[in-house]
Amino acid sequence: MIYLDNSATTQTHPDVISVMTDVMQNLYGNPSSLHKEGVKAERLMEQARKVIAKKLNCHPAEIIFTSGGTEANNLAIKGVAEQLQHRGRHLITSKIEHPSVYDVMRQLEQRGWKVTYLDVDQWGHISVESVEKALTKETVLVSIMHVNNELGTIQPIAEIGQLLAKYPKVLFHVDAIQSFGKLQLAIDMAQVDLLSISAHKFHGPKGIGALYVKKNIQLAPLLVGGGQEQGLRSGTQNVPGIVGMAKATMLTDRHPDFLQRSYEWKKAFLDNVTRNLDHILINGDTTTEKAVPYIINLSFPGLKSEVLVHALENEGVMVSTKSACSSKLEVPSRVLKAIGRKDQEALSSIRISMGYQTKQEEMEQLAQVLLQVVPKLQQVMKVR
Amino acid sequence: MKFDLILLRYGELALKGKNKAAFEQKLIQNIRQQLIEFEAVRITKEQGRLFVELNGQEMEPVLEKLRDVFGLVGFSPALRVESKLESLQQAALQIVQHAPNKRTFKVISKRANKSFPIGSQELNHQIGGYVLKNAQPIQVDVHYPELFVHVEVRSKASYVYGNDIVGLGGLPVGSSGKVLLLLSGGIDSPVAGFLALKRGVELQAIHFHSFPFTSERAKQKVIDLAQILTRFGGSIRLHIVPFTEIQTEINKHCYESYSITIMRRIMLRIAEEIAKQNGALALVTGESLGQVASQTLESMNTINAVTNMPILRPVVGMDKQEIMSLAKQIGTYETSILPYEDCCTVFLPKAPKTKPDQETAERQEARLEMERLVREAVEGTEVMVLSAEQEDEFSYFE
Repeated sequence: MIYLDNSATTQTHPDVISVMTDVMQNLYGNPSSLHKEGVKAERLMEQARKVIAKKLNCHPAEIIFTSGGTEANNLAIKGVAEQLQHRGRHLITSKIEHPSVYDVMRQLEQRGWKVTYLDVDQWGHISVESVEKALTKETVLVSIMHVNNELGTIQPIAEIGQLLAKYPKVLFHVDAIQSFGKLQLAIDMAQVDLLSISAHKFHGPKGIGALYVKKNIQLAPLLVGGGQEQGLRSGTQNVPGIVGMAKATMLTDRHPDFLQRSYEWKKAFLDNVTRNLDHILINGDTTTEKAVPYIINLSFPGLKSEVLVHALENEGVMVSTKSACSSKLEVPSRVLKAIGRKDQEALSSIRISMGYQTKQEEMEQLAQVLLQVVPKLQQVMKVR
Repeated sequence: MKFDLILLRYGELALKGKNKAAFEQKLIQNIRQQLIEFEAVRITKEQGRLFVELNGQEMEPVLEKLRDVFGLVGFSPALRVESKLESLQQAALQIVQHAPNKRTFKVISKRANKSFPIGSQELNHQIGGYVLKNAQPIQVDVHYPELFVHVEVRSKASYVYGNDIVGLGGLPVGSSGKVLLLLSGGIDSPVAGFLALKRGVELQAIHFHSFPFTSERAKQKVIDLAQILTRFGGSIRLHIVPFTEIQTEINKHCYESYSITIMRRIMLRIAEEIAKQNGALALVTGESLGQVASQTLESMNTINAVTNMPILRPVVGMDKQEIMSLAKQIGTYETSILPYEDCCTVFLPKAPKTKPDQETAERQEARLEMERLVREAVEGTEVMVLSAEQEDEFSYFE
């Protein structure tokens, strides 16, 4: 099996599994308990927090553990909206955010907030100027993703951060779920106030994520109760998950050449398929500065994404249609529509996403499989 | 051109006459210890100047570590260039370009090598002119420049550097003998420890632990605080004294209003004993005047009467606000405010005596088996050695 759906989720690393197993067996205390088993679990959790803080170059107290990326995004946006509603009720985001940001914005809109959804260009980039233009006296939060989950485009986070530094009352949230561990982002340099990550996107376990909350920023919690995580996220902490996430964070350092080699494989792959296939479109940016190499999005107008996915699956290759979370719905991808793709183009897209374990041969094999499968399907569907 | 060295400045040492060499040695040793994780980095001495040679190591993390070294008054990233006009000009330009927010500058040239053909005044002109031409819109201001560009022309090579980064100052840790810090879990005592370190002492710490009246977390908090102080003080021996029996005995036999006074007196007796055993010549406390009942002058007299050892109280001249802001600066505040009971708060009497007298204290103490209690506490003391490169508690993340 060739697994090329690493932006949906990754294989949990064996070392992550073994530390988690050990924690579950031996360090099962509740970190809030007073006795020494509780203290031990708490110390372990704090050590894990340090590991993640170090990677983000922030203070450990600025890391809030959540149940995953979706919760981190929800907490960031709803937390700010509720906390700062007296200051203003305007939010800014983009048209290509992940549903865990986009749909939260929609929900807040229904509750009376004004939301600006920024356009992107044909490559999927937001312009810094458009952010500036959208700012009003009412604006309390700008939420922009670092790397788009469908296209792999990189947004100018540092530049937006510098712009927003001139507006100290506007907070800046970054969904870094597709970039953490792979792409550097100096949150201090980028002036980011809130940043979401999710462990299972980088070979950690599912069900655990974190939100970076810059010191002195007040949020309203989504969940109340025992007051864990500085009151921002009540509920007994998922200690094995937290430890697993920290372990996976450490392991990201073991692949210093990941980006470089993915660039090369991506280029060779795209050269091959675009040369040898007709009716194929590359979605998003293909430059090395403005897009990550590990996410590739292709459209085959006239074919159906789902059929393509299954045809590839039949050959032992796992890829996905837009984001996995919404792939069961037969609607054209909002993200592809935003970069100007027609319905037919958007309904025929597949996403190929590499991970640390991806090998060169696998990308070559994928190209071979596409060269076999696509012309056959195109013939059946009468694509000319 | 990349910065390849950091120039170190250590003012106060210059005043120390004969001891200078020993102090300098200590300082170099401490810096070396502080930078131990950077394998390529070397410390060199050249004509009375200390340099950190980066040898390719990235500079920022090294600067970060130097900020924690007592005895360093300041330091500046520097360039070492050939003693040629063009090289000096380019280096000066780079210094200016690395200080983006500065609006005015001034060049200060020194010629240690008098055979260099251009005089200092002329050199200032030539270099300043070059910078002006190439680094718009910066201006020259010879009276109050925001950026000083220092140029030192020496025979082998020349040095060019900008403004000082302010260091911690003080004296190198370990150059003034050994002291024992009474470390509670509060805000004041870690700050007192920091200030003692600033005067060059080698620090040991003592903590009184009364399980189950005080928790495992309270003890851990003190260990964490001592651990933070190792950032500035290298390794720290922490003595943890079993104090439960003493507290229960005081509670059983003495006036409640005198319990704090007597507790403090016993702490000092034990601390003195441990100090002597470890070669420490003074005790350090986080006491300030008038903050709480035990810190009135009367109280200090009564408590202090049990020892002849000098007691240093570095925060005595500070307001609570000042202490708190220093605690934040040195990184102990967040740990200090964690809400665990310490032995001072558990047995807090409702109405402690604000002016306890020595005779009453002695009469009260006569009801205790003082000699045995102190001896057993000293004997039962647990010693931990904390060092800056402390291993993590759990090995999961290696």
